[in-house]
Amino acid sequence: MQADLRPGAPTKVRRTIKYESERVKGFGREVMAVPGCDQLVRCIQCGTCSGTCPLSVYMDHSPRQIMALVRADFKDEVLRSNSIWLCASCYACTVECPREIRITDIMYALKQRAIKERMYPKRFPIPVLAREFTNMVSKKGRITETLLVMRLFMKANLLAVLSSWRQGIGLVRTGRFVLRQERIEHSAELAAMLATTDSQAEPAPKTNQEAA
Amino acid sequence: MIYSYFPGCSLKGLGRAYEESLLPVMRHLGVELVELEDWNCCGATAYMSVDERKACVLAARNLAIAEKAGPHDLVTPCSACYLVLNKTKHQLQDSEQMRATVQTALGTAGLTYAGNTPVRHPLDVLVHDVGLDVVKERVVRPLTGLKVAPYYGCQVVRPYATFDDAWNPTTMDRLLAALGAEVVDFPLKTKCCGASLTGTLPEAGLRLSYILLKEAKRRGADVIATICPLCQFNLDAYHDKLAKRWGPVRIPTVYITQLMGLAFGIPAEELGLNRCFVPMKPLPAAPAPAPA
Repeated sequence: MQADLRPGAPTKVRRTIKYESERVKGFGREVMAVPGCDQLVRCIQCGTCSGTCPLSVYMDHSPRQIMALVRADFKDEVLRSNSIWLCASCYACTVECPREIRITDIMYALKQRAIKERMYPKRFPIPVLAREFTNMVSKKGRITETLLVMRLFMKANLLAVLSSWRQGIGLVRTGRFVLRQERIEHSAELAAMLATTDSQAEPAPKTNQEAA
Repeated sequence: MIYSYFPGCSLKGLGRAYEESLLPVMRHLGVELVELEDWNCCGATAYMSVDERKACVLAARNLAIAEKAGPHDLVTPCSACYLVLNKTKHQLQDSEQMRATVQTALGTAGLTYAGNTPVRHPLDVLVHDVGLDVVKERVVRPLTGLKVAPYYGCQVVRPYATFDDAWNPTTMDRLLAALGAEVVDFPLKTKCCGASLTGTLPEAGLRLSYILLKEAKRRGADVIATICPLCQFNLDAYHDKLAKRWGPVRIPTVYITQLMGLAFGIPAEELGLNRCFVPMKPLPAAPAPAPA
């Protein structure tokens, strides 16, 4: 379920009963097996992350709740939440966490998982931007921001083009509207490099039996 | 002083004024920045959201090219590039598996990664290598009377920087003071600007930018100084939308290097100051300039 992001929308407190059957056993362990995410086991649910996070008020689950849900194996609820996509990687929680849990890195692990399993809200612009960004870099080696934003608008939000016309004119006026795609000389070399990671086996996630 | 230089995509696009001011200012201080040959995008936050191993390979290619270029430190002005390149160094140090993945990938192009090139930010170089005394000596047009709010943003100081404090960084404050500016106490100096959320989820992203701008104005700042191309864009290019939602908060946001350039007597038009949406007022008539 997605939080209501419209201005003035009332902040609702939701109380949801969670059922054992919703758990995907082993999910928490899989996330904690990702390099950098192992400290999650030490979380004491103090909520410092949620208090530090500049975006937690917009999240359907606060960072503290996400940490608890991951540990308790509520995979679907975590991967479908908007929280992981609202994380802007400011690393405030990571620096502040008294248990030295790298919360930002856990959010990255969850984003990667959601993209891999296509479990993000449809037409939700943030993962669309991540994918378009990745495609452009993989092909050209560099990002041309204005072209990237135009692609994002086309894929996720055509209306945004209309509301941003003033900004577009401003960019042209200040000479910041770049239409020529930046690219590197050895883009084929880069593509070959990136391709080598596909052929290497991923570390096998622990099976449900092992985890249980 | 010679450094390798990784500009990053933004400095060739929306953030070109940063490069336009950084290069002459560094040259003025006797610092030579040699752009890396055929560098590629660092991957920023987006690539890491999709594929961690590819993101590591992508960033490591730049580190390998820097190593090949010579024993110089690598300077990168963009906050995202600075974070990603440093993060990649940490990942490669911590994980043998990732190191093997990256070496295999780099090997296809005859590159290797040894991990011995420090990745540094211009603020670090300016304060710790060049030194505030040298900066002060070069000031011909002190920014006396100009009230500046120093805004660092998030990713330069967190979580990998060792040259400044994660919560109350002061390198830019000291640099501004050396230029003769009046440094405004700005407790939001490391608060997130909203990053790419200003474009993807404006309701959430723009509010963060708004809070920063409003607080800077409330504290009487004439201008906000920044060190990140995305922060500059967010604080500069959305004033129409911000005014419509919450009321006007017009205040110019410029790069610290642009202010340095002005203090060094470099003409405004050579510092990319014409690229701001909200233009900075010309400096008040200079008091008798100190002898150079």
